[in-house]
Amino acid sequence: MSSTRRIAFRNARLVDPASGLDVKGGLLIENGKIADIGPRLFNDAEPNDPEVIDARGLVLAPGLIDACVHTGEPGAEHRETLASASEAAAAGGVTTMIVMPATDPVIDEPSLVDFILRRAAATAKVRVLPMAALTRGLAGETMTEIGLLQEAGAIAFGDAGRTVANARVLRRAMAYAATFDALIAAHAEDPELTAGAAATEGEFATRLGLPAGPAMAESLIVARDLALVELTGVRYHFAQITTRAALDLIVAAKARGLPVTCGVAAHHLTLNELDVGAYYTFRKVSPPLRSEADRAAMADGVASGALDLIVSSHEPQGADTKRQPFAAAAAGTVGLETLLPTALTPFHEGRASLARMLATVTSAPAKLLGLPGGTLAKGAPADLVLFDEGEPFVVEADKLHSRARNTAFEGRKFQGRARMTFVGGECVFNRG
Amino acid sequence: MTAPRALPILKSGHLLGIEGLSPVEVTALLDLADSYVTQSRTADKKSGLLKGRTLVNLFFEASTRTQSSFELAAKRMGADVMNMAVKNSSVSKGETLIDTASTLNAMQPDMLVVRHQDAGAAELLSRKLSCSVINAGDGAHEHPTQALLDALTIRRRLGGFENRTVAICGGILHSRVARSNLRLLAMVGAQVRLVAPRTLLPADIDRFGVLVTSDMREGLKDADIVMMLRLQLERMGGAFVPSPREYFRFWGLDREKLAYAKPGALVMHPGPMNRGIEIASDIADDVEVSLIQEQVEMGVAIRMAVLDALSRGPA
Repeated sequence: MSSTRRIAFRNARLVDPASGLDVKGGLLIENGKIADIGPRLFNDAEPNDPEVIDARGLVLAPGLIDACVHTGEPGAEHRETLASASEAAAAGGVTTMIVMPATDPVIDEPSLVDFILRRAAATAKVRVLPMAALTRGLAGETMTEIGLLQEAGAIAFGDAGRTVANARVLRRAMAYAATFDALIAAHAEDPELTAGAAATEGEFATRLGLPAGPAMAESLIVARDLALVELTGVRYHFAQITTRAALDLIVAAKARGLPVTCGVAAHHLTLNELDVGAYYTFRKVSPPLRSEADRAAMADGVASGALDLIVSSHEPQGADTKRQPFAAAAAGTVGLETLLPTALTPFHEGRASLARMLATVTSAPAKLLGLPGGTLAKGAPADLVLFDEGEPFVVEADKLHSRARNTAFEGRKFQGRARMTFVGGECVFNRG
Repeated sequence: MTAPRALPILKSGHLLGIEGLSPVEVTALLDLADSYVTQSRTADKKSGLLKGRTLVNLFFEASTRTQSSFELAAKRMGADVMNMAVKNSSVSKGETLIDTASTLNAMQPDMLVVRHQDAGAAELLSRKLSCSVINAGDGAHEHPTQALLDALTIRRRLGGFENRTVAICGGILHSRVARSNLRLLAMVGAQVRLVAPRTLLPADIDRFGVLVTSDMREGLKDADIVMMLRLQLERMGGAFVPSPREYFRFWGLDREKLAYAKPGALVMHPGPMNRGIEIASDIADDVEVSLIQEQVEMGVAIRMAVLDALSRGPA
């Protein structure tokens, strides 16, 4: 994924969250990498390059790294393939997708990690990095071959939407992962307290008569996992948290020096439980949408930096799985194309700088996963997104680029979306 | 004998829940149902009001009482009735709810009565189908005709709801009957109490503007009506309450607990009953206090009123 072409950007607003840089200037791509960058680059002389892009003051930033993406490949290609998800990613300014192991079969074997990498290289427009299962078959019983999976290219380990219920199994998997300095990305929801739940326990779920689980099912597991991190020393990432109680625990653990981080899904930043309305299944997600107080706590968390990263938690579903009564419908929303504008929301509300908000989807995931991207530094891969941070638009499901169109944001007004996306110096999307 | 015709009553064209109904709609339905009680007590019970119309009963959960009540109501009004036995249908072969209902819809029924284990099922069907949808119970959400028949029973016995207190007792957590009754009784101005162990009370139920307690003495104090709910047997083995006998000891309605209520208080139960668990047999069978048989009769009248109202079309 790199081009030998030279591309010069002039008149760009360069925003590099990794360094905090936010200046007008130019950037040069050479051999798929960022060859030069600076406020005075191309200021005086027209660059002598075959391709010059006048950014006209638009923001040029590192391409987004989405640390939680589900596709349907392998096993449910009718919903989404790596290729179709990558179309959506490119259109959303996402240049790297971390794909989840909850496929059919589950990615719990080195050969399957290899399969994902080969399929992605052959078909996908953006970089694809597979996460491998932490336990075989996501069953929570026996750990996977963490060392071999890591050698095969697994970027991290986790059971996707499932929590390892058995603390003994988890403790051993953590200790073993620590041996390889592997990162675990965990889902925190007590499976028994939330068995059969389709909503968050409270007045709204009671009114709708929906089976519901208490929000504290999350902080309960977070508290357990933090104690196990303290015991084992493993690098641990809570893939998507949704409640203030869980965030407070994680903030306190970070202060104690534990190697923990946490992320939040774009929909938990922007929607609350009331948005389910009259059983709107496109807003059924896992964990379920929470109270407004918890949603606001998540928005505060990303603005302050207490929350490390924002993910789309892109999860394609079809009419067969969504056009059902709410409790029977599948959870999940597509989100690759709405990650950038949802991440920008706190910026537009004046609660955080543009660089801070971009960090949650670029430099923070890069640092967490040890990736070379997520920065505009010289020598970094030329994975870039060009966008107008103020451009208003309305989400229209039928105009999305993914195969699945189950967006929780249909009709929602946002600001800021990708105009052009580059991966390794190659333009993979141009809105024109 | 015949009610005044032509004026639409249910403005949505469906009956999906008590929520969404106005007090005017509720009163109109109860008034209409009164006339059907009279009609049903005569020798010639049949009218031709719904002649040529088709009603489909689509029950995903077993029900003797509600299904036969709808069937009888429709037949008394001259409609054709088809009962879909879900166990023998393609639903058991993996067809989705929407596909099943769309297939039925293509057969041009006028009304679809649906009971389903999931909350929101009736609402979902009403958005996808062209006929009137009547919710006969969706998960733990609503069972509007039950609440309407309960209100009819109470109104006929007590003359109204003002300054009347209704205590709803038992398995409220899983109960659509409780939720529909709560909404309706609050709408018509009755005082409502909920009595159950904490394991059977839904989260934030106190925000419905009712008194919530786990003490039968407190809950039944000065109550005009004691409404007992069925407790599913599978929920008594230690999952929600430790045993049937412990449940009966603290929440089962016997003479001693009934004495906490207002003298002359009346007892209701949506059925089917677990005798000796939520209600003592001697109370259930005492015609002086038990309205249980009357509820069944009112059930047919209310359903006739609902079918009549829906046949007039939406407002």
